[in-house]
Amino acid sequence: MPGATQALPAKVALRVRHLRKSYKDVTAVDGLDLEVPPGQCFGLLGPNGAGKTTTIEICEGLTDPDSGGVEVLGLRWSSDAAALRQKLGIQLQDTQLAEKLTVFETLRLFRSFFHQGPGADEVIRLVQLDEKRGARVGSLSGGQKQRLALACALVGDPELLFLDEPTTGLDPQARRQLWEMIEAFKAAGRTIVLTTHYMDEAERLCDRIAIMDHGKVIAQGTPRELIASIGVEHVVEFSTGNRTLDLAAIRAMAGVRDVRTENDSVLLQVTELHRAVPQLLAELGRQGVPLTELRTHSATLEDVFVHLTGRHLRDE
Amino acid sequence: MSNHPLFQLTLMRMREFLREPEALFWAMIFPIALAAGLGIAFRNRPPEVLKIAAVSPRLAEALRQEKLLDVTQLPPQWAEQFVRTGKVALVAEPAPDGTVIYRYDDTNPEGRQARMLADQAIQRAYGRQDPVGVSDRIMREPGSRYIDFLIPGLIGMGIMGNAVWGLGFAIVDARRKKLLKRIIATPMPRHYYLLSFLLWRLILLIAEVGVPLAFGALVFGVPIRGSTGVLIAVSILGALSFSALGLLVASRVRTIEAVSGLANVIIVPMWIVSGVFFSSQRFPDLVQPLIKALPLTAVIDALRANMLQGAGFAQIAPQAGVLAAWLVVCFGLALRLFRWR
Repeated sequence: MPGATQALPAKVALRVRHLRKSYKDVTAVDGLDLEVPPGQCFGLLGPNGAGKTTTIEICEGLTDPDSGGVEVLGLRWSSDAAALRQKLGIQLQDTQLAEKLTVFETLRLFRSFFHQGPGADEVIRLVQLDEKRGARVGSLSGGQKQRLALACALVGDPELLFLDEPTTGLDPQARRQLWEMIEAFKAAGRTIVLTTHYMDEAERLCDRIAIMDHGKVIAQGTPRELIASIGVEHVVEFSTGNRTLDLAAIRAMAGVRDVRTENDSVLLQVTELHRAVPQLLAELGRQGVPLTELRTHSATLEDVFVHLTGRHLRDE
Repeated sequence: MSNHPLFQLTLMRMREFLREPEALFWAMIFPIALAAGLGIAFRNRPPEVLKIAAVSPRLAEALRQEKLLDVTQLPPQWAEQFVRTGKVALVAEPAPDGTVIYRYDDTNPEGRQARMLADQAIQRAYGRQDPVGVSDRIMREPGSRYIDFLIPGLIGMGIMGNAVWGLGFAIVDARRKKLLKRIIATPMPRHYYLLSFLLWRLILLIAEVGVPLAFGALVFGVPIRGSTGVLIAVSILGALSFSALGLLVASRVRTIEAVSGLANVIIVPMWIVSGVFFSSQRFPDLVQPLIKALPLTAVIDALRANMLQGAGFAQIAPQAGVLAAWLVVCFGLALRLFRWR
C-alpha cells in the first residue's frame, strides 16, 4: 500500500468518527465521536444499555459499524487487522475462560498468540495470582477470574488496553485490587479505554470521561471539568420524616442551585456547603420541621449524570 | 514448537478431554463394555438341542436315538397345551390308524427343524434304511461370527459419535461462554482454532480405533485380513468427514440443548440404518441407495470389507468417495455458516 503507516507514535491512540450501529429496532450507537490521546485512561461512563459495549467492541474490531470510522493507534481494522491485534489487550464483558485449564496453562495459551510480551509467569505475578498458578480456572473466585482476564489482556504487552466493565459484580476489596493493577499499567505510560457504570471507578481511574446515554456522548471532559460544569460543588441530602415542607423557601436560599425530592428525602445542589447548611437548619427551625437525616457529599459524576438526564446511572 | 498457537490449542483440547472423566468413559470404556457384552450374548454356542415330547413310550424311545432332540414323555391331554405355550417345539403322538401325528407350529423355525429331526428318527426306528452313508466335517470360521460383524460397526460408531458430539459440544460451549469471541480478539489466526480440533481428533483416533480393534483381536480373535494402511486411511477419512459434520452441527447454535438435539437427530438414525448392530441389507431395496450414501454406512462397510474380506484400496473406493464428498460439502458449509460469537 502506498504511504504505509509508519511506526511513529500515534498522536491519537483512538479516534472514533460519526459511529452508528443499530440492531433490529434498537439504535445502540447513534453518531459517536471520540478522541483518546496516548498515555491516558479514557472512560465511557453510562448506565446499562447506553451503547458502551457496542462502542468498545467496534473499536476492538469485533463488531462492524453501520457507518462511521474507527482508527486505533493510527491503524484501521479494514487494512491492518493482523498488526493491530498484536498491539491490543482486550478484556470482554463476562467471558468465561476454559474451566479445566489452570491459570498458568491459560496464560501460556494466550501468550502463544502474540509475537512478543511478558512470560506467563511474569503476568501471573503482575496480577498477584502466584498462589493460584496451578489452580483450575473453574475454582477461582470472581475477583481472581477477573484478574486472570486482565492478565490475558496484558500477556501480549499491549500499547492499548480495552476493558469492558472490569469490576462489575466484584466485592469492594476485589475492585480496589483490580484498580491498583490498572493504575500500574497506566503508570507505565500505556493507553486504556474502559467502560463502566460505576462513577467511583471512572472518577478514580480515568483522566478523561465521556458520559454516554442512548448511544450518544452527552458530556465529555476530565472528571473535575464534568463536575464543575454543573455549577454545584456539593449535594445536601436530608429528610424530615413525613412532615410537609415549604420547598419554595428552601429553593430561594442563597447558593442553592436545584432542589429535588426523591422518595422521602430532599436533595439540594449547592455551591457552598458552609453557607447552605446553617441556612437550611435555620429555615427548618422556622418551619418547625424536625430533621431526621442529614448527609452531604461533594458533587460526583453521578450528580452530573442526574443533572444531565434526570436519571441515576444505576436505575433499576 | 511449544510456543506455537496450534500446539497450545491442541494441548488445550487434550487437557479438556482428559480432565473430563465422563468424556473419557463414553469415548473409551463404553464401546469396549458394549463389545464385551454383545460378544458374550451372541457368542456361537454348540448346535442347540431341541425340546420335544412324545405321548407314547415307544415313540419316545425311538426319538431318543436322535442326539439333537431332548425328549420328554407326556400324558396325551397335555400335548396340545405344551406346544401352544412353547414348552416343547413338537409333540409326536400315535394316531388310532397306526400312523404318527406331529403337532408343531410351522411358522416357527424350531418347529420345522424338530419336525425334520423327529421324522428322521422315527422312520429309522421303524426300519428305514439310508441308501447312502454320510459323514460330517464341522468348520467354525472366525470372520463369520456376530462379534466379527460387530467390531467394525462399533469402531465406525465410535468415530462418528466422538467427532460429532466432541466437536459440537466443545464449540457450542465455547461460544456460549463467549470464549470463542475472546479468542478471536487475539491475533491468533482463526483457522488454527478449527485445525486444533482436527489435530486432536486424529490423535484420539489412535485410541478410538486401536482400543476396540485390539480388544476384538485379543479377546475374541476378530480377524484383520486387509492391509493396515487401508484400515488407517479409512479411519482418518472417516474421522475428518465426521469432524466436518460436527463443525457444521456446531456452526451456528448457541445452546447445549440445541446442539445435542441436532447431533442426536443426525447420529441416532445412522446408528439404526447404517449397520452397526445388524446388516443394513435388512431395509427395503428402495432405500438402499440412500443408506449407502450415509457416511456411517460408508465407514462401516469399508472397515468390514477390509477387516473381514481383506479388501484393498480399489474395492473400498466407492465408500472413500462417499466420505470425501461428505467432508467437502460439510466443511464448506460449516465455514460459510460458522458464527464466532
